[in-house]
Amino acid sequence: MKDTLNKAAPVIEAKGLNLTFQTGDGPVHALKDVNLTVERGDFVSFIGPSGCGKTTFLRCVAALEHPTGGSLTVNGMSPDEARRKRAYGYVFQAAGLYPWRTIAGNIALPLEIMGFSKAEQAERIERVLELVELKGFGKKFPWQLSGGMQQRASIARALAFDADILLMDEPFGALDEIVRDRLNEEVLKLWAATGKTIGFVTHSIPEAVYLSTKIVVMSPRPGRITDVIESPLPKERPLDIRDSREFIEIAHRVREGLRAGHGDEV
Amino acid sequence: MMWLVGAVVFWLAAWAVNAAVARSALGRTRGGRVFVPVLFGVTVLVLWEGVVRGFGVQPVILPPPSLIGAKIAGSAGVLWADFVQTVVKGALSGFVIGVGAAFVVAVAIDRVPVLQRGLLPIGNFVAALPIVGLAPILVMWFGFDWQSKAAVVVVMVFFPVLVNLVAGLQASERMQRDLMATWGAGYWQTLVKLRLPAAMPFFFNGVKIATTLALIGAIVAEFFGSPIVGMGFRISTEVGRLGLDMVWAEIAVAALAGSVFYGAVTVVERWVTFWHPSQRH
Repeated sequence: MKDTLNKAAPVIEAKGLNLTFQTGDGPVHALKDVNLTVERGDFVSFIGPSGCGKTTFLRCVAALEHPTGGSLTVNGMSPDEARRKRAYGYVFQAAGLYPWRTIAGNIALPLEIMGFSKAEQAERIERVLELVELKGFGKKFPWQLSGGMQQRASIARALAFDADILLMDEPFGALDEIVRDRLNEEVLKLWAATGKTIGFVTHSIPEAVYLSTKIVVMSPRPGRITDVIESPLPKERPLDIRDSREFIEIAHRVREGLRAGHGDEV
Repeated sequence: MMWLVGAVVFWLAAWAVNAAVARSALGRTRGGRVFVPVLFGVTVLVLWEGVVRGFGVQPVILPPPSLIGAKIAGSAGVLWADFVQTVVKGALSGFVIGVGAAFVVAVAIDRVPVLQRGLLPIGNFVAALPIVGLAPILVMWFGFDWQSKAAVVVVMVFFPVLVNLVAGLQASERMQRDLMATWGAGYWQTLVKLRLPAAMPFFFNGVKIATTLALIGAIVAEFFGSPIVGMGFRISTEVGRLGLDMVWAEIAVAALAGSVFYGAVTVVERWVTFWHPSQRH
């Protein structure tokens, strides 16, 4: 079963992708000749300095931005079609929960829009709340929870409708180190439990190395990929794997990639 | 002289009592929180009564509250008829129509951006018309009865609600609209589930302004023609007859009605926008 899935078409495939924004100061090359293939079940991190196009790439996959050149397919479809087929859940840097809805109500929102029955909504809400360890908090309002709990709720919301791709744009960027470690562990557990394909934007080298099977290093002006690293780390990753030699070597290579990208510019 | 001395003594005594209650544990109980402002109000009335009687002020200039109270009690039937005519028929129906129309137009403006450039300036223009010019025209158009008063109220109420709601519909964050897009939500789903709820704090700002405008509009419009009932009609005719106690009685009713109206809107607002930082306690 797993093998047949792996042999299927790539989940995300970008070929010669270009995106130029027209601004008042002339055109900005946000993405230039981006080629990338993401297989089913991959955990792909995008890392690079601000303006390197990592968020823009994720937004293109989600059909929130439209490339000006090249080709991009999601599950073999155009991103717009994939969106209509509800191919992905998106988690933003801020939780973006609606303050007038309870946590359960927030998770129900995409389900309501997609026309799930009331009974099925309730059943799914229960399931995803348990998945992100927020059981019993369904009746609380977002402003009654801590930042970390809010972000977990927003992940639950993205999981509720069973999209097979999870796109996360610096989801833990605004949280402190300790909460972040915990949530990183939880995301790995979630990934192992659900087998989803995850695209993850981050500023943090340890976070990228700890989480990913594939690390995409990007650099700015124009936004492009400078290195793609296949991680040799095992799928099971306790937090102290970060002290291992392999981990440090990968982190080193990421840092080198970031520095090289920066050097080009000078 | 006795009146003056008595009033001042009462004032000082009430002041001392209020200060003591507010400082003691009693001031934090529910009863204490009601008692302090009520005693303050009573004090104002007693002072007013004492000063007017002590200095022998003519009732035409300022009647004492006891006289106004007696007038209210003595002409309750007339006051009630005036209240129904002006507040219930004129102000309330105009308020409902005006707020409803503003709501529909705000959504239309939002849906069809061209309208924003066309309709907003027209709304602005109508709002800038002076009510003393507009009211007689609307009385000519809609007749002497309450319909013309409601029309004046509609015109006055429409613009503040419209402007606030149009602004409120832009108040949702881009990230939240992006989220709706990733779920494949259409325009109406996004409007109902995101943008209208997010606009409610703005909307209620407009509605609260509208409550006071509605009452002013309904009363003033009666100066320009009305049947022989209504608060504005009564005020203008009684002033002519130097029946200032009746004028004050109408003012008291108007103040009470306005406060209750505003308070009711505030209660609804708290219920709808409980989630907004300004409403969380």
